[in-house]
Amino acid sequence: MCSLCGVLGGNEYWADAVARPGVYTRNASLIERRRERVNRMRIANRVLAQFGMTLSDWQGTSFLLSTRTGKTEIMPDLGHLWPVAERLAGRVCDPLALPVIERLEQRHG
Amino acid sequence: MADTFTPVNLLTGFLGSGKTTVLGRLLANPALSGTAVLINEFGEVGLDHHLIERIDETVVLLRSGCLCCTIRGELARAIRDLHSRRERCLVPAFERLVVESTGLADPFPILATLKADPVLRHHFRAGAVITTVDAVNGLSQLERHAEWIRQVAVADRLVLTKTDLTDEITVADLLTQIRRINPDAPLIRAAENDLDANGLLNHVRTASDFRSLPACDDAPRSNQHGERIRSFVVTVDEPIDWTAFGVWLTMLLNRHGDKVLRVKGILNLAGEPAPVAIHGVRHLVHNPVHMAAWPDEDRRSRIVFIVDGIDPDLVRRSLTAFNQLNGV
Repeated sequence: MCSLCGVLGGNEYWADAVARPGVYTRNASLIERRRERVNRMRIANRVLAQFGMTLSDWQGTSFLLSTRTGKTEIMPDLGHLWPVAERLAGRVCDPLALPVIERLEQRHG
Repeated sequence: MADTFTPVNLLTGFLGSGKTTVLGRLLANPALSGTAVLINEFGEVGLDHHLIERIDETVVLLRSGCLCCTIRGELARAIRDLHSRRERCLVPAFERLVVESTGLADPFPILATLKADPVLRHHFRAGAVITTVDAVNGLSQLERHAEWIRQVAVADRLVLTKTDLTDEITVADLLTQIRRINPDAPLIRAAENDLDANGLLNHVRTASDFRSLPACDDAPRSNQHGERIRSFVVTVDEPIDWTAFGVWLTMLLNRHGDKVLRVKGILNLAGEPAPVAIHGVRHLVHNPVHMAAWPDEDRRSRIVFIVDGIDPDLVRRSLTAFNQLNGV
């Protein structure tokens, strides 16, 4: 249950993938789940940096997205990341925008 | 562990394309006796449930409204009610559900309902989307109705109807257009063939589903009628980083989900010996499926996109840039 909204279950984010026969997931064990969680934040932060935002963990159960001016929002999973990011940043976060792609390409050299 | 999730198959297709006839033929097959049916009609007086000639408590009619908009809540309630009655043994145990939508329905909200409902998503999973296409009127419907394109684009199985009522040239033209919108869904001609009920409804994604995925963009697939709708293939030689891919696809669908009519692919993931299949419809991505084996010798990741007005080169370039995020 989500401790903030009291809703049972919460959303199911496809990249988290529940443990179900045949379903691909990196959430099979606690260690694997935590490792994937850290890895996902690390990669998301490389993109979010372009928009002046940072993603951090909140007690291993939720994520905090913060702007440089301190605006912060909590979210249960990364399925909510980009709508929240756009709202906090006040602009669109488009992976097909040329400036976004070019900055990532420059980063890779 | 057995699959305890009941598949929900969506039977869609434009007005008059033969959905109810196809449903009646399927349900006549004794192998499908454990099938519950939900029928949605747009008119005030529902008739379709009489046409399938099987009236029992596992056939439910949703009247007066379209599933994808006005009565979406009613769909969730009706499936929950069927589930509840099955659990209490008030209806015969059914092992699959078929939802016949109205001819004007957009399939996406119906699929999204299954995924979003807090009860349904623990008991039901999306099965095959079967789209009927009228061979006589298909070409004119393509030109005039965006719903037709959405229904064809999202299909896992296509059933071409009324081919006995038109000529082969018209059918060939229609097939060309269909393949530009949906390049890989198996297509059955209903007039000339028996309908393979198991093949249509018992849809479990396996490696063979991806055998027909083209390895490269061999032809321009934009549609001469709806210029903006096109399909293309993104082929990635390097292994895909699953975490970076998840961040990328989530970001892409958040911004462009309305324009990504369908995404389907087989991924060679870094650190994984077997491929993983992904399948999405607009903002909705189904749970990724771990495949037992590769469908062929090609070990490259292949992703088919069916899009409305998105530049394929930007998609390729963006995915390549994101895929390198983990290594920096």
